[in-house]
Amino acid sequence: MPTVLESLNAALDTALAVDERIVLLGEDILDPYGGAFKVTRGLSTKYPERVIATPVSEAGIVGVAAGMALRGLRPVVEIMFGDFVTLIADQLVNHISKFRFMYNDQVRVPLVIRTPMGGRRGYGPTHSQTLEKLYLGIPGLRVLAANSLDDPGRLLLSAILEDNDPILFIENKLLYQLPVNTGNEDGEFDIQFVSKGPAESRLTGVKSLIGNGYAQCLRIALRQAPQPQITIAAYGYMAELCRQAVHRIAYENELFAELVVPSQLSPFDVGPILDSLSRTHRLLIVEEGTYSMGWGAEIAAHAAQALGEKSIRVSRLAAKDLPIPASVPLETETLPGIAHIVQAALDLV
Amino acid sequence: MMKIHPAQSANRMEEDRHGLLYRTMCLIRRFEETVLEEFRRGHFYGTTHTYLGQEADAVGVLYNLSPDDVIVSNHRCHGHFLAAGGDPRALFAELMGRATGVCGGRGGSQHLHWGNFYSNGILGGTVPLAVGMAMAEKIKITRSIVVAFLGDGTLGEGVVYESLNMASLWSAPILFVLENNRLAQTTPVEKHLAGDIVSRFKAFGIETQELDTSDVLLIQSAAAAAIDEIRDGIRPSALVLHTCRFGPHSKGDDPRPKEEIEHLWKTRDPLAVHSPRIPSEERQKIEMEVAACVREAYQMALNDPFPEFITTPQAQL
Repeated sequence: MPTVLESLNAALDTALAVDERIVLLGEDILDPYGGAFKVTRGLSTKYPERVIATPVSEAGIVGVAAGMALRGLRPVVEIMFGDFVTLIADQLVNHISKFRFMYNDQVRVPLVIRTPMGGRRGYGPTHSQTLEKLYLGIPGLRVLAANSLDDPGRLLLSAILEDNDPILFIENKLLYQLPVNTGNEDGEFDIQFVSKGPAESRLTGVKSLIGNGYAQCLRIALRQAPQPQITIAAYGYMAELCRQAVHRIAYENELFAELVVPSQLSPFDVGPILDSLSRTHRLLIVEEGTYSMGWGAEIAAHAAQALGEKSIRVSRLAAKDLPIPASVPLETETLPGIAHIVQAALDLV
Repeated sequence: MMKIHPAQSANRMEEDRHGLLYRTMCLIRRFEETVLEEFRRGHFYGTTHTYLGQEADAVGVLYNLSPDDVIVSNHRCHGHFLAAGGDPRALFAELMGRATGVCGGRGGSQHLHWGNFYSNGILGGTVPLAVGMAMAEKIKITRSIVVAFLGDGTLGEGVVYESLNMASLWSAPILFVLENNRLAQTTPVEKHLAGDIVSRFKAFGIETQELDTSDVLLIQSAAAAAIDEIRDGIRPSALVLHTCRFGPHSKGDDPRPKEEIEHLWKTRDPLAVHSPRIPSEERQKIEMEVAACVREAYQMALNDPFPEFITTPQAQL
């Protein structure tokens, strides 16, 4: 299996090969360096005209890309660290996500902005955050999050080639080196697709993972496990940690969980999570962003509204409401790890 | 409806240049006066930023554009829009929130898109957008150029300098038109801007012309030279226009002394500067036609329907 990094790199390569309107912009993305995390490695050598190294100007680059998108190109921007999405807030909120609506559907903005979030590398308070929650619930902006249990390259390719609206594509630093289909090499897990159904692709050979307006969602459980007693919802790298936790609680505690992993965070289809919750009556929501005012709170609110009269229990696990420290033991205590997930799951039953 | 603003139309060669420039400036003047007058009656919603006093800037610059060129404008966009050939009735309707508005009533005064014209009310953020558009035209080899309007107030936004850097670095075919009306909303330029404006562009290696005039002919010829350079040389250029805003920033926010504004009207009115070049009979004819056109456009917009509420892109995604 390729790694997530190789999968994303191959997707960018394919996109550049099949559509001449694709341009890549980003800081330090040229060979031989190939980007801070090497996702663009080799591409500037292969497509020198369309892989553009930029100044250190995140807001400017994203604005330039939006202008290109409005005038017939399909740009893909790399923001080197997810923490830097604060610098592109004006472009995302007041320009890119607004154009289609405020120009009365006379324009589309086919633009993908990729960026890696996440800690556990000791990079400290400003290079370790998980900030996508700042951009959830912005009308006109789709937010996708890749995970290693699915096919991140296909998701990226769908985002670049199949969608004509702007997308913030969230990666994670620790995902990059994981193999695609992590931990399921021997088929120990049963992985089902519960999206609203992939659309027919306009591009031969590539099936869009963004069907009917929503990207694919996965439902994962140990093969031949008894009925799940608990639903765990997570995305991105946390989905992999949750997969390991699901394995551990099954073997060590005989607690069986169903893991629901959405690839699309905004607009959000809470349906697959509620569907699972209505069977298990127990929901643990896990995210790497800070605890307060986040994705988990939104899902908990939906659960209460939809299933509040049933006897359900909901719990959230997230990063502590603190900046992320550089020191390894402090960082480990700040971010939700496998032991935290296991404990939170046990506490729910 | 009578076609009175054919800045980009095929028959413009048939019209006398002086008359055409005057007619377009008159259109903007009359349109903006109507906006300020009628705002009091409650037919318009929200806010507006009128172009009174700055008419020669847009009219002089945009006279030189080809139909496929792109215009990126800001919050003070009515004059740019009308000078680009935009329909006054659709603009009135947009200000009234009607379905026939430029953007179906969704955008309002500051958020217009029509053909190759784009405006947004967020200062600074439109500048990298314009550079990206210019790069797209360059990559597509269309020979089209982009004209980006920005004001002195916008020079306070950092992304402007990111954009000038990239425009120069990548030789984007773009004309930056800096309209220095000497006021950022209500704050005089002396209180919000250090250094000088031309040096800002030159520091990035961008060829820059500077004019302090209300004469549309001077602006038109300077812009023509810059645009030729941009199109043939495929590189950015800047035009710094020191200009005068006669009206308030928006509707009633103008703390300047009355005498100061009266002095500007006497010395810097672009219509007064240009009108002696046109025979008085023709001038009167133009003025009457424009007044009738604006009146008719206003009335039509007033009778236009409000839009239906439809689902947002959020729901469509």
